[in-house]
Amino acid sequence: MTTRGEVEDLLRRLAPRVLAALVRRYDNVETAEDAVQEALLAAADRWPEQGLPDRPDAWLITVAARRLVDQLRSERAARRREAAALPPTEPLDPPADDPPQHDDTLRLLLLCCHPALTPSSQVALTLRAVGGLTTAEIARAFLVPEATMAQRISRAKQRLRDSGARFDTPPDPARLPAVLHVLYLVFNEGYTATSGAALHRGSMTRDALRLTRMLHRLLPEDGEVTGLLALMLLTEARRPARTRADGSLVPLAEQDRSLWRREQLDEGIALVRRTLATARVGPYLLQAAIAAVHAEAVHPEDTDWPQIVALYQLLAELDPNPVVTLNQAVAVAMADGPEAGLALLAPLDERLARHHRLHAVRGHLLELAGDHERAEVCYRTAARLTTSLPEQHYLNERADRLR
Amino acid sequence: MRYLLLIYTNAENWEHPIFLRDPRFLALPQAERDELVRQTEALHKEIMSSGELVADAALAAPAAARSVRTRDGAPVSTDGPYVEAKEQLAGFVMVDCETPERAAEIASRFPDARFSAVEVRPVMDDLGQEM
Repeated sequence: MTTRGEVEDLLRRLAPRVLAALVRRYDNVETAEDAVQEALLAAADRWPEQGLPDRPDAWLITVAARRLVDQLRSERAARRREAAALPPTEPLDPPADDPPQHDDTLRLLLLCCHPALTPSSQVALTLRAVGGLTTAEIARAFLVPEATMAQRISRAKQRLRDSGARFDTPPDPARLPAVLHVLYLVFNEGYTATSGAALHRGSMTRDALRLTRMLHRLLPEDGEVTGLLALMLLTEARRPARTRADGSLVPLAEQDRSLWRREQLDEGIALVRRTLATARVGPYLLQAAIAAVHAEAVHPEDTDWPQIVALYQLLAELDPNPVVTLNQAVAVAMADGPEAGLALLAPLDERLARHHRLHAVRGHLLELAGDHERAEVCYRTAARLTTSLPEQHYLNERADRLR
Repeated sequence: MRYLLLIYTNAENWEHPIFLRDPRFLALPQAERDELVRQTEALHKEIMSSGELVADAALAAPAAARSVRTRDGAPVSTDGPYVEAKEQLAGFVMVDCETPERAAEIASRFPDARFSAVEVRPVMDDLGQEM
């Protein structure tokens, strides 16, 4: 007997292989993706009751290929009715399930994260085509109706077709950052889920970790792939400590570190150590290294802030952006005192005036400096500007404490 | 990120699409009126097929509204809208889009934005980053 959960896990693992096998054969991502989705739904329906077939992957490929062939046939028939001239026919037999090639999954990922697509379409398509999730599951995770998500996915596939993107182009390493960004977005969606939506969104971290692990197996030498995997592990390890029972947020400095998941921390730290020594350093690896320094501190006051400052310095040179500066300011404040951190914030005023994080960080540093009056004002401004319910609650609570 | 687009109107005679009833719309030459109708239909089709449209609804006239207040534990309901104003809420569209700029762009393309205003309100989220 196989449980529904086990079947779902298996289907998600097999999905990219099945899709790749079909795309190789029929060179039609759009129709193949629909056919695979139908085969997955059929299997999810049937397998928990009837048991697994001998070769689940072959079963899926056969069923999906049959759907695909039916679909292509009816499209062809429709074209035939419209035009007198017959298109040249191609063989439409279901494929023998030839073993998929090693880089098929990478090609699929790169295709789903094609630059012609918006980030949210890249995310949706990746989760469906490579992650093996159903449209309904993706819609639930992103809090939109299933019809909206179905539109987004079909538009994404249409765009891919229009842009002339092809599955059989050799993987281009220059496009890897887009894939990493999509996996990072999926992870964040799950990680930052706090209460109501946690049930459906929380599983996004698992999917992101699964896909990143898969990518890591394909490209074990890539420092950024390893960095992203380590960053996810080190972040996910803190999950049990980051919210209270009522869903409210606990800042890093106040988290009960005994709740951090040791196994994930150790794996993340080991990945960072090994990779820092050998690979070229990129933004994900640096963020993972920063998370590793936090992970190594048993108590918050043991944190090696000078090392974190140095890592943020590198990150700011590599990937200068205001969010990095904000985090850097906090680290500098911890290492050299709040005034030094506050000085770093001043140049951000113009660009981030309506961004809650600037005011939240300034409030925090003013509080450290003992200026409770101005800190409270900053926390209140941040609370008004954020669109996150848990952050708003946290910021107002900080402000209330200073009154 | 989700945004609620609130469509306000000055129209006195209520019928949807509400902008068709706006005195300033009615004052436009026919060709321009036809063009606005066409653009509005195209906008709706665009946000539907892009997977940005989450929900939308047209509201009945303010004359059909009831405002309910509970005072000293007892509900009191009166006929008419809560806020007495010349501009009244006519409908809403919820979109899920990539940037606030995109939400504002969609809002600006409703004809109602020309005659009255479309208010863009970000929808609060359950996601939260520990600080």
